[in-house]
Amino acid sequence: MSQIHVTTTVNGDEVEFLCDPRETMLDVLRDRLGLTGAKEGCGTGDCGACSVTLDGRLVCSCLMLGAEAEGREIGTVEGIATDEDLHPLQKKFIEYAALQCGICTPGILVATKNLLEKNPDPTETEVRYWLAGNLCRCTGYDKIIRAVMDTAAEMRGAS
Amino acid sequence: MRYHTPENFEDASAIAAGADGVTRFLAGGTDVLVQLRSDMVTPDDLIDIKHIAGVHDITPLRDGSWRIGAAVTGAEMSENALLGQAWPGVVEAMDLIGSTQVQGRATLAGNLCNGSPAADSVPAMIAAGATVSVIGPDGSREIAVADVPTGPGKTALKKGEVVTAVNLPPRGHGGGDAYLRFIPRTEMDIAVVGCAVSLTRDGDTITAARVSLGAVAPTALLVEDAAKALIGSALDDAALEALAKAAEAACKPIDDKRGTIRFRTHVAGVLAKRAARIAYDRAGGAK
Repeated sequence: MSQIHVTTTVNGDEVEFLCDPRETMLDVLRDRLGLTGAKEGCGTGDCGACSVTLDGRLVCSCLMLGAEAEGREIGTVEGIATDEDLHPLQKKFIEYAALQCGICTPGILVATKNLLEKNPDPTETEVRYWLAGNLCRCTGYDKIIRAVMDTAAEMRGAS
Repeated sequence: MRYHTPENFEDASAIAAGADGVTRFLAGGTDVLVQLRSDMVTPDDLIDIKHIAGVHDITPLRDGSWRIGAAVTGAEMSENALLGQAWPGVVEAMDLIGSTQVQGRATLAGNLCNGSPAADSVPAMIAAGATVSVIGPDGSREIAVADVPTGPGKTALKKGEVVTAVNLPPRGHGGGDAYLRFIPRTEMDIAVVGCAVSLTRDGDTITAARVSLGAVAPTALLVEDAAKALIGSALDDAALEALAKAAEAACKPIDDKRGTIRFRTHVAGVLAKRAARIAYDRAGGAK
């Protein structure tokens, strides 16, 4: 089976890879590009652990083929911090202990960063609906929601 | 598996028409990729239609109708304020499907072509009187959405035919639509029952109506008796009761883990009444 040559942008950097036509973007990120932040939870688009942005739009990378990335822009959790400086969301997640095992955390960070870019002042209900597709089996969500609400307030105050 | 990215629908159709094995068109991929990865459906040819010009466009036409390209996502529909004013029921039905992540990819055309009896957007499109534009080996044709599903996972589309766009008719003055579904939680679930109502008012009187039910039969249903119960009324209690009875009578549901026959039939009547009230208020100018 011949491989497909793909040129795409990941976290602002142009990258090239060869992939099998059946290979998902998630597998490409993890196995070919060494970006293991996105996780495979369910592989069916239900859990959100593989969340990335595609041209600024939140998607599940398990429901996207690597070949579909041609000419597009992918954003992953690895692109959220700037050098040694964590993103305000990452700092708040640590402060609030909004994670335990951490499998869901990269997806939730990508999803909530995407939400706050579109809506800097979400209600708690809006945050909860936005994250309906990000499942967490440890924290019970409350600390996650509080961390996001506090980050949003802090970022509004800083800007 | 061969992955194709045709530049136009004629080529897309020709690839599918000439293929010997299993063929799938790829738009959002939220069903196709799940089927591929679970080995339910392994296409020999996967035809990605997203490189075709116009497939990402939501176009209001001069006569008031709408053309929604086959790769337009649910998120793009929800962000289009004018579409939401014209056909709020269609937009809210699409918006109920899946998570934020799924909304970023899933499409109306894909929801229809996947052939699920519980597809949320399909009753809303049927109530709206929507059609799909199709290109195939024998040229192009337009099919009513109501005529596309023929059974679970099955559609009336022939080998080599591909949906290019969904067409919504002009909403016109005094029109409103609504879609409601029952699920045992608030998000991320498959409809136990879905109901869409689209109607037109002249003053307080309903002059035209279409009622569609999902998840209560092998395909979404257009329930003409339910529409008749509404037409000519001012949505009084007698009309609502007649609507509920007609909706219940149309149900041919299955018993499964998500709902019994009795429960689904009852809920169909309840949702029909509630959706009719919302559509009626919207037709009267309510936001």
